[in-house]
Amino acid sequence: MPRARTGPSVPALLVVGIAMVVVLAVLPRLIVPYQTVLITYGLVFAIAALGFNLLLGYTGLLSFGHSAYFGAGAYAVAFLMRDLNVQSMELLIIGGVLGTLVIAALFGFVCVRYTRIFFGILTLALSQVLWSLAFKFFWVTGGTDGLRVDSAKLSLIGGFIDFKGAGAYQRFVYSYYYYVLALFIVATVSMWIIVHSPFGKALQAIRDNEVRAQFVGVRVRRYRWLAFMISGAFTGLAGILWVPLNGLTTPDILYWPFSGELVFMTVLGGFRTFTGPIVGAMAFNYLKTYAVASTEYWQLLLGVVLLFLVVVLPTGIVGTLARIATKLGIR
Amino acid sequence: MSPNIVIIQLLNALFYAAVLFLIAAGLSLIYGVMRIVNLAHGTLYALGAYVSAWAVGGAFGAALANNLGLAGLFLVLPAGAFAIAALGAVLEPTLLRPFYRRPEEYHLLATFGLLMIFEDVIKYLFGGTPLSAGTIMDRMGSIPIGRLLFPTYNLLVIVIGLLAALALWWFIYRTRFGVMLRATSQDRRMAAALGINVGRVYVQAFAIGCFMAGLGGAVVVPAQAAVLGMGVEALVLAFVVVVIGGLGSLEGAFIGALIVSLVRTAGIQFFAEIELAVLYLIAAAVLLVRPTGLFGKA
Repeated sequence: MPRARTGPSVPALLVVGIAMVVVLAVLPRLIVPYQTVLITYGLVFAIAALGFNLLLGYTGLLSFGHSAYFGAGAYAVAFLMRDLNVQSMELLIIGGVLGTLVIAALFGFVCVRYTRIFFGILTLALSQVLWSLAFKFFWVTGGTDGLRVDSAKLSLIGGFIDFKGAGAYQRFVYSYYYYVLALFIVATVSMWIIVHSPFGKALQAIRDNEVRAQFVGVRVRRYRWLAFMISGAFTGLAGILWVPLNGLTTPDILYWPFSGELVFMTVLGGFRTFTGPIVGAMAFNYLKTYAVASTEYWQLLLGVVLLFLVVVLPTGIVGTLARIATKLGIR
Repeated sequence: MSPNIVIIQLLNALFYAAVLFLIAAGLSLIYGVMRIVNLAHGTLYALGAYVSAWAVGGAFGAALANNLGLAGLFLVLPAGAFAIAALGAVLEPTLLRPFYRRPEEYHLLATFGLLMIFEDVIKYLFGGTPLSAGTIMDRMGSIPIGRLLFPTYNLLVIVIGLLAALALWWFIYRTRFGVMLRATSQDRRMAAALGINVGRVYVQAFAIGCFMAGLGGAVVVPAQAAVLGMGVEALVLAFVVVVIGGLGSLEGAFIGALIVSLVRTAGIQFFAEIELAVLYLIAAAVLLVRPTGLFGKA
């Protein structure tokens, strides 16, 4: 296991972070709406990967079932809109996160009894329970047709912004971009605080040496469970934000290959760094979108990229850049 | 429910168990020896099914069928199994061996990459339309059970599954190679120190595991057409089998396949909506009570 990096200082991080936010904030004025939608997707997946990495990078648990929480968030929104006619995005987020938390708490309670390969298989098996339910109970979930979530029915910021009348979709694209961007910032800052808090440090201690962590008084299983729930909630939030953008939720996002994609994103960016999952999610989103657009055999392309990554660049984009920077003496 | 339906459903379950055993035993063998969970295993099964269907339906298969009849078709049916075994023998030393000393996360990632690649290789080679070797099943006819009919071919698959289990058991517990295999699986370094060519054992074990997956595909394809996505689905079911039976255990794969098939068949009959969910929940429950599975050794 590589030596833990101390990372850049907080002021430097703030400067870079604010610069990034400013760029992201003015970007929609410079690019076509399609690109704005793409970045919105990227930001959504970045939230999911951030949550996922709390388990993989900081707690040392590889979940192969995070599609469950992404999907739980997505389906919760679809149910709330259809059955309770909820239109306020904030209420949908609260309801969706609560729903995801319940499932993450339940699954996590079972899964954190194990580590390593058994943890991976158990998370996978449990996520497939949700998938098979969504797949089979078609009169509730729409089966493979999925459930439609109409962005025109939504309202943001307590009903302040809604999407009715002419040009609604255009307005939705822009408003929703900033909405997601704001939540992405909140999520990133919260995650940064979590991993730098005593709780986050305890998780890293568990990751590096479970027995020693136990000896210094860390309640390993409880901490893992908490990490699991937080991780699930973040990924669930991503699922919630994803649905209105996609307009439809299908069992595909509960199926286990989607969990694999979340792992892919995180490893692409580098799971040993805080920013890795964010960069990885954005990069993966572009990679997949263009691979799908340019060839029928996009899976092959992604598979080759993944293999290359694992063999040649196991530390991911950010890890590799950091290493190059260290070598060149920039820091 | 009439007793005949019960018999038919039991036979269906056994047919299903035979196929599932072939897949899961390969997965389990590979894990037992190399400690690698091969996420691409299901896709290799699918590839085996496609290759066999292609071989049986192709010009060569047709020529053999004209000259030798059904026997000719059976001669080409195992093509998928041998093709996948050969593929495995190439894959292990080139792509998988560099990962053994790395953490398990990388095994899963690398084999997930292989899964994506092979899914598209199937699409590229055979296209999106289902491919079947149904002529074999049609030619073998069916046997009457009361007033119902059961395909003779499916009975044959049950027998093949049993024979494969016996052969594998004999191979692992009664041959010199089996001893080497078990020694390597228990302590790789000690085995190497005692003069066993560990690298060769790995290639052979992986090839056998792949052969089993390919054979599973080969025997299933006369009864069910090969379709895209069948591998991804099969892998999760094989997971359920090995989790119930114990990763790395041959007996476990056998019992696990029987349990999963019986539950599934009963599920389709009585509780179709939660049939799959019940399976995954059983797997989770077993993992909770006995993390190493019913037959696993820590």
